[in-house]
Amino acid sequence: MEISVEVNGATHTSDVEPRTLLVHYIRDVVGLTGTNVGCDTSSCGACTIHVNGEAVKSCTMLAVQADGQSLTTIEGLANGDQMHPMQEAFMECHALQCGYCTPGMVMASISLLDENPNPTEAEVREGLEGNLCRCTGYHNIVKAVLSAAGGAK
Amino acid sequence: MIPVSFDYARAGSADEAIALLAEHGDEAKLMAGGHSLLPMMKLRLAYPAMVIDIERIADLSYINDGGDHLAIGALTRHRAIETSALVAEHAPLLAHATSQVGDPQVRHRGTFGGSLAHADAAADHPSVLLAMGGTVVAKGPGGEREIAAGDFFAGFLESSLAADEMITEIRIPKHTGGGWSFQKFNRRAQDWAIVGATVQRNNGSTQVALVNMHPTPIRAAAVEEALAGGASATDAAEQAHVGMEPSSDLNASVDFRNHLARVLVRRALNEAGID
Ligand SMILES: Cc1cc2nc3c(=O)[nH]c(=O)nc-3n(C[C@H](O)[C@H](O)[C@H](O)COP(=O)(O)OP(=O)(O)OC[C@H]3O[C@@H](n4cnc5c(N)ncnc54)[C@H](O)[C@@H]3O)c2cc1C
Ligand code: FES
Ligand code: FES
Repeated sequence: MEISVEVNGATHTSDVEPRTLLVHYIRDVVGLTGTNVGCDTSSCGACTIHVNGEAVKSCTMLAVQADGQSLTTIEGLANGDQMHPMQEAFMECHALQCGYCTPGMVMASISLLDENPNPTEAEVREGLEGNLCRCTGYHNIVKAVLSAAGGAK
Repeated sequence: MIPVSFDYARAGSADEAIALLAEHGDEAKLMAGGHSLLPMMKLRLAYPAMVIDIERIADLSYINDGGDHLAIGALTRHRAIETSALVAEHAPLLAHATSQVGDPQVRHRGTFGGSLAHADAAADHPSVLLAMGGTVVAKGPGGEREIAAGDFFAGFLESSLAADEMITEIRIPKHTGGGWSFQKFNRRAQDWAIVGATVQRNNGSTQVALVNMHPTPIRAAAVEEALAGGASATDAAEQAHVGMEPSSDLNASVDFRNHLARVLVRRALNEAGID
């Protein structure tokens, strides 16, 4: 089936099998490999991207469901050399160790602040419950999100 | 994991979806948010030959004030329910329970109709529908019918919808100020309930429903009868496991589930204002 998807501002038109998962479309068809596959069972959040501005697990969506929609992946955040404030905050707070969960964490964190610009620490922890960090670096991840929220004020 | 190959059609309206269901029969499955169906297809527990995508039926995504009830379109996402001022005012139990479903990513995709049609005893919304005494509007080739919550859940992962029917709307009676509670016990963030208890009081009567205590979503009839007979919350809660056939799995044995049901029902009754 032919689908047309806006990814990070550019429109891609491709022919995909209906059973193609969105994450595989992004990685293998569009060629953006920043979005990781962790569990492949909707649990870990490593594959989180934005669909029309909202965090979604791209292993649990079909590429055909994204036809005509606008996606943002981790590659779409920086403006040239200028990192997104959430990326800056993750760097400043050492919110990554191996980095595998990081693209998904950053995308989920941005969506969280879009919906709740001034979260409490508890709200950040709850809001990131769909994202697992195998290195267990949660403390600094939460710190980074709170710091990004403060910076946005 | 990649699902078995299937054909895909996108329905633009309920009538189109119903016509496609009638044409393809057992081979076809509706897909709303896909957050129950797609994981099952990836595990190859489901392998429809035809997926009918109903997600874009825009006129089935709404939350309206219907006078004595809220009318909620089947394609309304969990996130919309969780953040709706109307739901917060007239069905606080539904708003709160919805905020406990999965995680934000899941709530951005999952729909109210999908949650109910999936008829999972471990899911949160069926217990809310039962406790609040809601109804489900089903549309088929012959028109619409309204199914009471108590008649909707027919078996394990099975609703009483006919093969060519879809849910178009869910009606939730407005809460009239009585207490309510939703108690969900799980070990991992974002997970389904190991056991849950839902209580809604309305005009002197108390309705209690349980999550994951039976092959189907279910009302705790023995607890409700004890309360109607004047029992205290503590005594009534002792009946929570009566008539239930919970499963035993990695998370909990039957005995532990029975214990959880009694404890959670007691807490829920207390939180709803019953001593
Ligand atoms: C990681 C994860 C965690 C989750 N945690 C929870 C949780 O804690 N609690 C909970 O309750 N749920 C949980 N869920 C399930 C989630 O709420 C699902 O979104 C929901 O159960 C199904 O909604 P859907 O729109 O995605 O339905 P789909 O997956 O699209 O469909 C589910 C079933 O319903 C049928 N269907 C869908 N819409 C209709 C309709 N309008 N009419 C007739 N049939 C229809 C489909 O054919 C299919 O059989 C979780 C899901 C995931 C992936
Ligand atoms: S890879 Fe999608 S949630 Fe883990
Ligand atoms: S930094 Fe390693 S998984 Fe999170």
